[in-house]
Amino acid sequence: MSKKTLFDKVWDAHVVKHIEDGPDVLFIDRHFIHEVTSPVAFLGLESRGIGVLFPERTFATADHNTPTINQHLPVEDPLSANQLKALETNSSKYGISHWGLNNPKNGIVHVVGPENGITLPGMTIVCGDSHTSTHGAFGAIAFGIGTSEVEMVLASQCIMQPKPKKMRINVNGKLGKGVTPKDVTLYIIAQISASGATGYFAEYAGDVFENMSMEGRMTVCNMSIEMGARGGMIAPDETTFAFLEGREKSPKGDDWTKQVAYWKTLKTDDGAEFDMELTYNAADIEPQITYGTNPGLGTGISQSIPKAADVKDGEASYKKSLAYMGFSEGESMIGKAVDYVFLGSCTNGRIEDFRAFASIVKGRKKADNITAWLVPGSHIVESQIKEEGILDILTEAGFALRQPGCSACLAMNDDKIPAGKLAVSTSNRNFEGRQGPNSKTLLASPLVAAAAAVTGVVTDPRIFL
Amino acid sequence: MNVKKEKKMAYDSFNVLKATCVPLPLENVDTDQIIPARFLKATKREGFGDNLFRDWRYNGDDSPKVDFVLNNTTYTDNGTPRKILVAGRNFGSGSSREHAAWAIYDYGFRCVISSFFADIFKGNSLNIGILPVTVSPEFLDKIFTAIEANPNAEVEVDLPNQKVTLVATGESEGFDINGYKKHNMLNGFDDIDYLQSMKSEIAEFSQKQTS
Ligand code: SF4
Repeated sequence: MSKKTLFDKVWDAHVVKHIEDGPDVLFIDRHFIHEVTSPVAFLGLESRGIGVLFPERTFATADHNTPTINQHLPVEDPLSANQLKALETNSSKYGISHWGLNNPKNGIVHVVGPENGITLPGMTIVCGDSHTSTHGAFGAIAFGIGTSEVEMVLASQCIMQPKPKKMRINVNGKLGKGVTPKDVTLYIIAQISASGATGYFAEYAGDVFENMSMEGRMTVCNMSIEMGARGGMIAPDETTFAFLEGREKSPKGDDWTKQVAYWKTLKTDDGAEFDMELTYNAADIEPQITYGTNPGLGTGISQSIPKAADVKDGEASYKKSLAYMGFSEGESMIGKAVDYVFLGSCTNGRIEDFRAFASIVKGRKKADNITAWLVPGSHIVESQIKEEGILDILTEAGFALRQPGCSACLAMNDDKIPAGKLAVSTSNRNFEGRQGPNSKTLLASPLVAAAAAVTGVVTDPRIFL
Repeated sequence: MNVKKEKKMAYDSFNVLKATCVPLPLENVDTDQIIPARFLKATKREGFGDNLFRDWRYNGDDSPKVDFVLNNTTYTDNGTPRKILVAGRNFGSGSSREHAAWAIYDYGFRCVISSFFADIFKGNSLNIGILPVTVSPEFLDKIFTAIEANPNAEVEVDLPNQKVTLVATGESEGFDINGYKKHNMLNGFDDIDYLQSMKSEIAEFSQKQTS
């Protein structure tokens, strides 16, 4: 038998049909929907007069457009309220399970999927959100799709995709003090640029990922799209099984045993071939921060902003990017005055991220010039924060906790960073205006965010560790 | 190409498009720029063209930014929007929002030419009837140069022959598209029509999947 990669094994097991000189028809095991990219898909079904083929394989949660304070009150913005209502109505009409605002299972789609055991190894998973790549942490093929494809999956549980090329990214060695999974992914993206992996599906391998928690693996796979890859995955192992065992929708009893046996076969065979292979050394990675307007424009926090000649982006784009940020080539990042700190999103809104943030702010005080938005990824994360005493640490240090949702990651709700303000954010995108019109974003880890939150300026978190 | 049940036209079909262009010689234009998130609150696919490139096109008080290309009447045909957008490499990166493709389509574009597209944007475009044409960086430069020399320079995009031509000089280059998608674009069909025709195969396949 020919040697297969992890990606091949999962993909090939889901091909219903290969179209000559065209895409594969790929069966989708799990489909997540949210209020923003699904309404037009449901309208499409209606105008075609067709229904949802397997409603039990689709899960709806409200997250992109929800307020993060006073969730018990009616949503004020009529357009947002309308989208939330549409999600609820469409879900109930077609028999799709729906976790709306105030449902204890509500939260960001890529946080609630794994924490409820809906995401499992070996599955194909799609959602109308590009960070669906998060679920690849479990050894699933997971990627973001457009609304036409959401309609496709609702109608047929399939999607038509040409098989992407395969790449493997190896990171070996031991990560230094204060270097988190977010730094690993920002480092990789800075090395290969925001489009370096376009056309590829990535597998992450090496002892850095093997030793990483599931939360960390999710952070890494989440950011795969930011280097242009459709998704990224990590072979399931004991860490994966331990995370999943006993979760609400995880298999139980004999079924569990049987599934685990299958999941253990989901690894790249020795000698299987990749179209591209990259290898990095953990010791070269320090805490990272971005300085530009795409996630590839990042650097080690102690470094200075590179010169135009040293970056892969064209000079015009690079200069436009720095002009937008108000930065100059060669400047140091440390010491830049920060206005906002955002801890949250499907990249870094999980319990480990709050633990990391709390580890630095404990016994310190929020800097006066900082407005901080701390937004848990789900109600379950929110409860954990309270149960573990993290909320007390945060409150003591002068921080408040908001309610779950995407929040300032895409600033569709009221959580918009004001024009001209500089934010250190644990989310995934620093595009112009992403966090609010004319706002400026520095992407970083929860530790870097915490260090900025207590000092008011860009600070190397290692001085606190 | 054998597509079983071809029910209806999902969008305008695409054959040969000979048109003037709007140049946007920037790299890494992400979908947040094409349509910012705050304009994604609609539940219908209507009116997105008005907010295409919103924050590059308008100031905070909704007055047009004069130096943005869509506000430059030189790049319209007597006020009518043009049909071809020519953009720098890695166009459409970032968010999967199909609204970006809708906004481009709704504004009036039918084709985007670049040297490199982000995957999801490319797929979304093909699904709604915008033809993304990938040319070499050299040919892209030639198109930009031609438009710079003559803002009314025409480009011909010939889908049946998979060829893009600078009309004034006759210089041309081939482009790739798979046979299945080409057939769909030529006829205005979409994937759902195709998938509906294989429902029983899908149902059978689903039996062996864990649910
Ligand atoms: S947190 Fe941000 S990236 Fe994640 S699902 Fe929400 S909007 Fe998308």
